[in-house]
Amino acid sequence: MSGVRVLVGTRKGAFVLSSDGKRKTWEVAGPHFPGWEIYHLKGSPADPNRIYASQTSGWFGQVIQRSDDGGKTWDAPGGGVTTGPGGMPAGESNRFVYDDSPETGKPLMTHQFYDGTQKPWVFKRVWHLEPSLDDPDAVYAGVEDAALFRSTDGGKSWRELSGLRGHGTGPKWQPGAGGMCLHTILLDPSRPGRLFTAISAAGAFRSDDGGANWKPITKGLNSPYLPDPTAEVGHCVHRIAMHPSRPNTLYMQKHWDVLRSDDAGDNWKEVSGNLPTDFGFVIDVHASEPETIYVVPIKSDSEHYPLDGKLRVYRSRTGGNEWEALTNGLPQRDCYVDVLRDAMSVDLLDPCGVYFGTTGGQVYASADAGDTWAPIVRDLPAVLSVEVQTLR
Amino acid sequence: MIRVELPPHLRTLAKVSGEVQLDVPGPTTPRAVLDALEARYPVLRGTIRDHVTHERRAFIRFFACSEDLSHDSPDTPLPAPVAQGAEPFIILGAIAGG
Repeated sequence: MSGVRVLVGTRKGAFVLSSDGKRKTWEVAGPHFPGWEIYHLKGSPADPNRIYASQTSGWFGQVIQRSDDGGKTWDAPGGGVTTGPGGMPAGESNRFVYDDSPETGKPLMTHQFYDGTQKPWVFKRVWHLEPSLDDPDAVYAGVEDAALFRSTDGGKSWRELSGLRGHGTGPKWQPGAGGMCLHTILLDPSRPGRLFTAISAAGAFRSDDGGANWKPITKGLNSPYLPDPTAEVGHCVHRIAMHPSRPNTLYMQKHWDVLRSDDAGDNWKEVSGNLPTDFGFVIDVHASEPETIYVVPIKSDSEHYPLDGKLRVYRSRTGGNEWEALTNGLPQRDCYVDVLRDAMSVDLLDPCGVYFGTTGGQVYASADAGDTWAPIVRDLPAVLSVEVQTLR
Repeated sequence: MIRVELPPHLRTLAKVSGEVQLDVPGPTTPRAVLDALEARYPVLRGTIRDHVTHERRAFIRFFACSEDLSHDSPDTPLPAPVAQGAEPFIILGAIAGG
């Protein structure tokens, strides 16, 4: 019997929503880590019982949590009783320190700040955790201030892949409204060593050698809020999505504009088409239809809620340009929530399930690829992230 | 024996209830107390002070004997009642935000 597990990160804790393959009735477990901001949780594709969570707080900083039983119990993997000689250094699971050593790292330079001055890199929190496709103990972390870290011991210790921050354009990166965050990490299932990242507000980057070397992949992006709208870096990329069967095709929701690339990010073209607004945060791809994509248009600048108070998911079955509004079961009046960049996901069932969470605390699900929607829960704290595990 | 009072979230994280009691070698200073606390509960590393610089996190305060010791040098000896175990060294989260 198949089932799904929806991992929800919120401003005040984590929740695990479970259902069978019909996706009609749901069990809600949580809050886990009550009172803490849970920016992201994600399960390992290689072991669905292994889930990583980013637990963070303005008071107490960053903690990495791990579950080995599908989200029932949690532990900070490096936080137990001090290990003996040869064991992992205790407490390292919370330690995200930029690698500026001459041997392995890059100099910790400065980056552009809002006021035009240069500011040093300062670690603030983990925005996104991306487990390896085949090793439950390997996981990447995207952090603020923007950098990429990796653990190969189940989250006990972390090391920066400093080639990204140090590849050359770093001093031109600057924070978006939410901070200078690395929020998207995509792993190419067909080409080990190829990974993509996106940073707000720096742009998109690709490595073909496991994260050692990087290059910006922003050709075709046009951002009128930049002095040079087609600059190599500075674009406020909100989210990138990939279908695993076509890893060279990428879809991007940018701070204005929805775009696609069919050559692994080397070139982009706009596919906003008939969207009512091309601003938004989330973008995702149907599990079995690589040309079917979803976005949630949001009114901007600064309002950041649905147009006309109507919460509408837009679906394109043509890989962009032609979009249809999906409204059945979603509020069509007086709705002024936002859907943040990590808050949409799909399951692998047939028909494909689509899920998203709102800053109003609702998590909506569609078990028919977006034709109809219903809330799983309505009154959680503001939702920061939604990830789905399909259980076979 | 030094008594340390943790804020509720850090008690949960360290999986303790009530006060923590620590043997602190040498002079009883905030640095020595935090070193001993983090050695006993490694999960607390980084939650009270920075991993590398050991600077106190901005919204963490240190109180003892009705005094705010947050801005004292971490090497300043703690009040005698704390060193003698009569009063706790209090670590708390500042009142801020929602």
